[in-house]
Amino acid sequence: MITARIIPCLDVRDGRIVKGIRFQGLQDAGDPAERAAAYEAQGADELVILDVSATTEGRRTAAETVRRVRDVLSIPLTVGGGVRSVDDARRLLDAGADKVAVNTAAVRDPSVITAIAERFGRQCAILALDAAAREGGGWEVVVSSGRERTGLDAIAWAREAVARGAGEIVLTSWDRDGTRLGYDLDLLAAASSAVPVPIVASGGADSAEHLLQGLRAGADAVLAASIFHYGETTVGEVKAYLADHGIEVRR
Amino acid sequence: MNARLPDITVVVTGVANLASVLAAWRRLGVTPHVTEDPDEVRRADRVELPGVGSFGAAMERLRETGLDAALSERVDAGRPTLAICVGLQVLCDASEESPGVTGLGRVPGTVARFPDRVRVPQFGWNRVEAPAGGPLESGYAYFANSYRLPVAPAGWTAAITDHGGPFASALWRGDVLACQFHPELSGAWGLGMLSCWIRGEVAPGGDR
Repeated sequence: MITARIIPCLDVRDGRIVKGIRFQGLQDAGDPAERAAAYEAQGADELVILDVSATTEGRRTAAETVRRVRDVLSIPLTVGGGVRSVDDARRLLDAGADKVAVNTAAVRDPSVITAIAERFGRQCAILALDAAAREGGGWEVVVSSGRERTGLDAIAWAREAVARGAGEIVLTSWDRDGTRLGYDLDLLAAASSAVPVPIVASGGADSAEHLLQGLRAGADAVLAASIFHYGETTVGEVKAYLADHGIEVRR
Repeated sequence: MNARLPDITVVVTGVANLASVLAAWRRLGVTPHVTEDPDEVRRADRVELPGVGSFGAAMERLRETGLDAALSERVDAGRPTLAICVGLQVLCDASEESPGVTGLGRVPGTVARFPDRVRVPQFGWNRVEAPAGGPLESGYAYFANSYRLPVAPAGWTAAITDHGGPFASALWRGDVLACQFHPELSGAWGLGMLSCWIRGEVAPGGDR
């Protein structure tokens, strides 16, 4: 049976790890390659690097960061942030990413998902979907780091992206991101039953219990940043907790 | 200090993402050499065919370059050859992924899609149960695939994994090893397998 994946996420800007609240208010939390190696040693199943650089120069740094991380990393690496085209995807894959995540660009032009899936395979084409709860129920897609609400139904968009070639969805609750209140479990359950591809829960996890809740709600993998970055717990400790609660993990 | 390990010749087929494959060899102290030339593939001591896009695209590329014959010769002779992911699949007769396309036919059987009742693609770490005496031990490997060989083929030793039913997660015969998983992304366990295979050794055995 396939095991539940624990995926630390490194938000990187200009070659350093940062972690913000609701994508803003960034604080420095270390060197990406050092941290990546430490997470693999702790038992991380994959790693996500989200490039939050705002400039072209920052993006060039991101490819260099990916290269440095790849040199030391023997587990899969997903890279997202500012991916707009097949060329952007190629640059990151050549640098050492195994999968690339597209977010805003895919909402603006969904054919970018198809193009990446056809060129590199759907196992490389990851949809990063940021969703915010809507008054009256359901969720809508938000883009541009939460600055813009699109009106697009998040579950319908998940279905469309999969039909267009997305092989996995990293599903972030914009309401919960950085709040440490736990994942939006209803959102995870709705997305998980709507599409056949794996769902990676993201946004709001602050404890092993939150990760357990996310997996029980239907996520195939759980992504977290701050709970690991500040040394509050290790991936190994989280896996021991999950195993004690009947979740199959790689140990 | 250590004797220099044999180099590895990695076959490029145009669409594969090689960075992780090459980085894994370098971490093991092995110098990878990349080629698309069938004669180099014939001469090389050790050859790797990494995972490459879809079954149909991979076969088309192998035929265009003449690599199909070079790889088939190596496999038939049992010379050290490592095939990864779609690399395993193209050794088979055919695949549901690309109807009408003929594979290399070195492994009897047709590659089929996972059943709908499980997550497809299979993304993540799954348990590989390997019989003793081969190049890998039982453990967790990283998979990223929608298709797999559902039966252990005649004439090959198989490791088995379960995702909506058992499938062949690795096959070996002589010094030919084919893996549905990605050893280069399977942490210390995967590096252990690569190290074992490149040295022509048998895995220590016993479950991890």
